[in-house]
Amino acid sequence: MKLVIEPGRTARNYWRDLWRYRELMYFLAWRDLAVRYKQTAIGVAWAVIRPALTMAVFVVFRRFVGIAPGAVPDPILVLAAVLPWQFFAAALTDSSGSLIANTNLIAKIYFPRLIVPGAAVVTALVDFVITLGMLAVLMAWYGFAPGWHLLALPVFVVITFGLSLGFGVFLAALNVEYRDFRYVVPFIVQFGLFISPIAFTTDHVPERWRSWYALNPVVGIIDGFRWSILGGRTPLNREAVALSIAMTLFFLVLGVWYFRRVERRFADVI
Amino acid sequence: MSDVVIRVAHLGKCYRIRHQRPEPYVALRDVIADRVRSLWRRSPDDAGGLPSVEDFWALDDVSFEVRRGEVVGVIGRNGAGKSTLLKVLSRITEPTRGRVELDGNVASLLEVGTGFHPELTGRENIFLNGAILGMSRVEIRGKFDEIVAFAEIDRFLDTPVKRYSSGMYVRLAFAVAAHLEPEILIVDEVLAVGDAQFQKKCLGKIGDVAKAGRTVLFVSHNMAAVASLCTRALVLRAGAVELDDRPEIAIRTYLNDMSEAGRTTLEGIPRKGTGRAKFTGFHLEDDRGVITTSIQSGDDVRLVFDFECEAGSIGRPFDVGFGIHGGYDECLFVLYASYVGTPLTVSRTRGRFVCRIPRFPLSPGTYSVVPRIEINAVEADFPQVPVGTIEVVDGDFFGSKVRTNARGAGPFLVDGTWSVES
Repeated sequence: MKLVIEPGRTARNYWRDLWRYRELMYFLAWRDLAVRYKQTAIGVAWAVIRPALTMAVFVVFRRFVGIAPGAVPDPILVLAAVLPWQFFAAALTDSSGSLIANTNLIAKIYFPRLIVPGAAVVTALVDFVITLGMLAVLMAWYGFAPGWHLLALPVFVVITFGLSLGFGVFLAALNVEYRDFRYVVPFIVQFGLFISPIAFTTDHVPERWRSWYALNPVVGIIDGFRWSILGGRTPLNREAVALSIAMTLFFLVLGVWYFRRVERRFADVI
Repeated sequence: MSDVVIRVAHLGKCYRIRHQRPEPYVALRDVIADRVRSLWRRSPDDAGGLPSVEDFWALDDVSFEVRRGEVVGVIGRNGAGKSTLLKVLSRITEPTRGRVELDGNVASLLEVGTGFHPELTGRENIFLNGAILGMSRVEIRGKFDEIVAFAEIDRFLDTPVKRYSSGMYVRLAFAVAAHLEPEILIVDEVLAVGDAQFQKKCLGKIGDVAKAGRTVLFVSHNMAAVASLCTRALVLRAGAVELDDRPEIAIRTYLNDMSEAGRTTLEGIPRKGTGRAKFTGFHLEDDRGVITTSIQSGDDVRLVFDFECEAGSIGRPFDVGFGIHGGYDECLFVLYASYVGTPLTVSRTRGRFVCRIPRFPLSPGTYSVVPRIEINAVEADFPQVPVGTIEVVDGDFFGSKVRTNARGAGPFLVDGTWSVES
């Protein structure tokens, strides 16, 4: 194997290296999870408490503003949206800050840098899977059976994964050079919680605004999650889902392209 | 033999140094502010408020080749470009100019323990660190027992490494890295840590790697290690290759560079005395005349003081001595040439006073050296700050092959004989 290092030459074996280092992604994700729960008294329960409380707040909120409970019990309806949202929010937050958090690795050792934000998204995915268990328990409690629509769930998980990875990678690279983005991300996450259909459903949005509303890529994702978990009892806006997929691809391409472009300078500026 | 595995041609690495920025990254806020400000500026060369940017070539036209199985030392003063060279070779940063060809997979050991997480146990960190260094899980599992044995930490395998002593930490870190099996191994100054015994073990391991036909690039300030391990050495100076030759010759060149540096550092220090003679440099040598900064207790050492004096002092009776001070600046002992009955006279205006101490009797620690010159019993030079330090590590002072463990038991090691009489 011959390796040539030249200025401006993006390593030809980058993708091969990425594959060779795939286990590192697994180990970094595993490290983050292990460390997170190591010195906490209730451990993994933390992954469940946050979405549970968020769900409770929104259910109470729905009562206050007088939204009548529909065919689906409110807790399930809300939790089905809180889970993908928190997956997206955690993945975006962790991946965009991941390069800075791993400065010592980046300054000392070579490996494809995409591994680092990738591992952060994988960590968030693991937490997400744990919380899915909570949703399953809740649904069993209400005796609520999902339908064949559940088979589509992995598709929406993949879209969420891709969207947060693409967006996260883009922000992570920007963050290395412009630390301003460390203030932008919490803002996006906070704002997104209110403008995404979590406490409410998309049909609360006036008809004529819906196409514009779907420009928020999370709208299609959350609608999709609800549709597949709740057995089609909420409408699935195909247009919104298609738009989410398109934006996911756009952010993936943009994020990876920008990341690869500035990656070579990381060790010098970080 | 034309089996070149590393070919470096005209390699250059330029860093831009911004003089006004305290941080290496920029804030978007500043970029926008600068743009806005530039709207108001009339002429483009009015740089008021903008940072001045300067190019600094950390590597400048470096070329060399390394053949399979060679162990090449890279030596040079701090800032000579050694670390930058290794960073470029290990693909952490990209060069500004030139070209590198590497034939074979490279593992670089730029800092032991990179990526260790203090909360994780020894076992967990072996897997994590192995993965960071590019090993697969299967490979790590295969080498696991060997790594644990080498690091001598089997009892603490399931303890978080934050509870490890620094020695254990370093041993574990080196052990993981040492069991990589790359065709090209790049090692940076890993031996600056750990006790003497472990250093020896590490050197042995690096030697084994080379014997197995792999190529090693070895950066160190430890000249004894370079002399004993390397088949060739490069001397870097100000980002360029000053010399590429046999290790003995390279080391001599490096030491000359160092003593030049030494001379400047003793300039301008506070001194007392008439100034008819002056210390211009100090270093420590082992018994073979190889410069070191650290010795083992029980080693024979030479303290070498460079001096200059006025022509009028030639032939006059000199007395030269030094005090060794401990960590609280307490004087531990003083040794003048007159104490041992050696009259000194100089025959030239520059030279060196050498004091040889057999079986250095201090226990591990860092000591400072404060010398003094008298001419005709009048103080000629008395630096008011130490001219150098002696780093002592644990050694076999008593010749008993028993580790003395004398740290903290007092500064002195005194030999004696024991018997029972009744």
